[in-house]
Amino acid sequence: MRVGVFVCHCGRNIAGTLNIEKIKEEVAKHSGVVHVEDYIFMCSDPGQKLIRDRIKEKNLDAVVVSACSPSLHEKTFRNNAASVGLNPYKVEIANIREWASWPHEGKPEEATEKAIKIIKATVEKVKSNIPLEPLSVPVTRKVLVIGGGIAGIQASLDIANAGLEVYLVEKKPSIGGKMAQFSETFPTLDCPQCIETPKMTEVANHPNIHLYAYSEVVDVSGFVGNFKVKVKRKATYVDWNKCTGCSECAKVCPVKVSSEYDVGVSQRKAIYIMFPQAVPNKATIDPEHCLRLVYGKGCGLCAKTCPAGAINFEQKEKIEEIDVGAIIVATGFDVMDPSLLTEYGGGKYKDVISALQFERILAPSGPTGGKVVRPSDGKEPKTVVFVQCAGSRDPEHYMPYCSKVCCMYTAKQALLYKHAVPNGHAYVFYIDVRTDGKGYEEFYERVLREAEATYLRGKVAEIYKEDGKLKVLGVDTLTGKGVEINADLVVLATAAVPSEGIKELAKVLRIQTDEYGWLKEAHLKLRPLETATSGIFIAGAAQFIRDITDTVSHASGAAAKALSLLSRNRIEREPLVAEVNEEICSGCGNCVEACTYQAIKIDPETNIAKINTALCEGCGACQASCPSAAIQLTNSYKKQLFEMISILAKE
Amino acid sequence: MAEKSVEEGKEKFEPVIVGFFCRWCTSEAADLAGTIRLQYPPNIRPIRVMCSGFIDPIYVLKAFLEGADGVLIGGCHLGECHYINGNYKAQTRVKVIKEVMKSLGLEEERLRLEWISTSEGLKFAEVANEFTEQIRRMGPNPLKKLKRE
Repeated sequence: MRVGVFVCHCGRNIAGTLNIEKIKEEVAKHSGVVHVEDYIFMCSDPGQKLIRDRIKEKNLDAVVVSACSPSLHEKTFRNNAASVGLNPYKVEIANIREWASWPHEGKPEEATEKAIKIIKATVEKVKSNIPLEPLSVPVTRKVLVIGGGIAGIQASLDIANAGLEVYLVEKKPSIGGKMAQFSETFPTLDCPQCIETPKMTEVANHPNIHLYAYSEVVDVSGFVGNFKVKVKRKATYVDWNKCTGCSECAKVCPVKVSSEYDVGVSQRKAIYIMFPQAVPNKATIDPEHCLRLVYGKGCGLCAKTCPAGAINFEQKEKIEEIDVGAIIVATGFDVMDPSLLTEYGGGKYKDVISALQFERILAPSGPTGGKVVRPSDGKEPKTVVFVQCAGSRDPEHYMPYCSKVCCMYTAKQALLYKHAVPNGHAYVFYIDVRTDGKGYEEFYERVLREAEATYLRGKVAEIYKEDGKLKVLGVDTLTGKGVEINADLVVLATAAVPSEGIKELAKVLRIQTDEYGWLKEAHLKLRPLETATSGIFIAGAAQFIRDITDTVSHASGAAAKALSLLSRNRIEREPLVAEVNEEICSGCGNCVEACTYQAIKIDPETNIAKINTALCEGCGACQASCPSAAIQLTNSYKKQLFEMISILAKE
Repeated sequence: MAEKSVEEGKEKFEPVIVGFFCRWCTSEAADLAGTIRLQYPPNIRPIRVMCSGFIDPIYVLKAFLEGADGVLIGGCHLGECHYINGNYKAQTRVKVIKEVMKSLGLEEERLRLEWISTSEGLKFAEVANEFTEQIRRMGPNPLKKLKRE
């Protein structure tokens, strides 16, 4: 065996802590190593060329690149080696950056020792790796998009327009998401009804899009290119094939419920259409509040009234199975419940509301027809206080991160408020005003001029009621003086938080969330659209709060990723699957039991385990269960693990 | 457990710990810990594996027989396994391994199974700190002494 070891300095990231000369000296002594070389940036063009040249000159038959994590550049170095004829599976990465130089900066000697051990163990592994060819499997050229907000809509349209079939699953009765709740959007003041509704209609009418509204993904199995998905289609108790969306049912329904779409600013009925522009424009019965469904008898006014005879109290939920090759998760975000912000009187005072509620009050299509009135008494508020960073940038109490969109929408709301109430005055408490987008700073300047809003740099300490007035106590940190404002209405820019149910969905999809619940990308900088699970992509604010412009770009990016994956009829899979040594296998069946994927069967004729490589996911659970080492995971052979352990366990 | 393992004048005992880290979670957490420059002792020597359910009991025993003072297995939180239930398999096997360890005269605390997700870089560093300290207090693997004698 002729192994070449290439040690990367990563500038000073590795070489600043580890003793490269010592590493080279020690590793060169290891059996099988015929060449050791270091370079400042192994992943750069000259670095990669260096490796290619040495593979040829030194006739190397295996390579260890000692550098950063394999999740960063394993592919890079494997492709590089393959370009000069070395099988990519004869290249392994020894992670001496994340695992040695970075976490042990103050202990260069020990860190160097650790790095040497890691490299030697990796050399032992690569020596016994066998060359492999990727497995080629057929793909289902269809895409599942989860979430029908602007991200899911954009991704679905891009894919459908490229000619592939899309299943768009939305848990609410209508698509549209948060964007459909906004009044007007910064920095152009377009109304979402003008710019989103046409896209919603396009989704509904597109021949390549199957729209599953009021549905949820409950199970996902399979792997990239071949996912099997179970979708629960919840009972709407209305036959949507018959429903014409006339809303006669809602007129006669006697039950009023707080409207989710209007964030509690108005009420809807127990049978309802989410909003006039809903897609699909079909009625849904809320089973928790419908008298007929709760008591099992009585009422039924909607059924008597419906001119289409669409009401069906006997309707049951259904599970539908669909096959797709890729999945895009576009589940968006939620805003923090203002009642959590007790110091601001959230949930306690009717006139302390969230910015999303204020969007509904400002919206021309909203419950007040765009007339700005406050919830407590329906009067026009003459003094409005906007509190930014309500729950954001507050690591001690709430979310440490910046919710990114609040500076801009607060400015917009201050402007829209001024347009609606010309003799009103707005105060805005802010920590910093962040306007990092095209046309954003200009928009903010316009608001300062046109809205005549008073921007106060500082945090609000407390909001309480005195003599029927809301008192806002804060500090203006620029003058160092305390500020006290009598407000008619307080609008809290509550923190953006991951959408409800995302953790459960992540479990179903076997993808990860971060510490807050935002979806975890494969790499924050370089693979922000992918999850660690191949074939599953993220679109929009499900990864982290972003505005509409960025969401649409992100969604188109995710669509492009899915399209490029499905641009072929077959895709290549990692050939790291289990294999059986037929001479040793006794047919005991332990592996059959250990395999979660039913990929192993005992051949009744030979009494030997047989593997269906199309089903094998390469987890290696069978190997751990085999008493005779007859079944092993390719390139994670027992022999390799033993050699690695021997090196690492010794002092 | 020895109250005081560092005797006057003697060199401080530096334990050797072998880590088996699932590539889908704990390996990534270790990457993250490094990326954000969390500092922890260099005693843990990691092997990246496909899944905690891949770990054959014999690997753990091999590590102890080769002289490791501790073994740390890192897998995904229950319910979050990339392979659906590999971590449950690991959990069961760890129980069996601990029984075998006891019969060999090895304290079962020398083997630890932890669930550390991709985003838990901080937890990884904390576990590394804490487990290294624990093994340091416990002193060297008793099998090593046996070998020398």
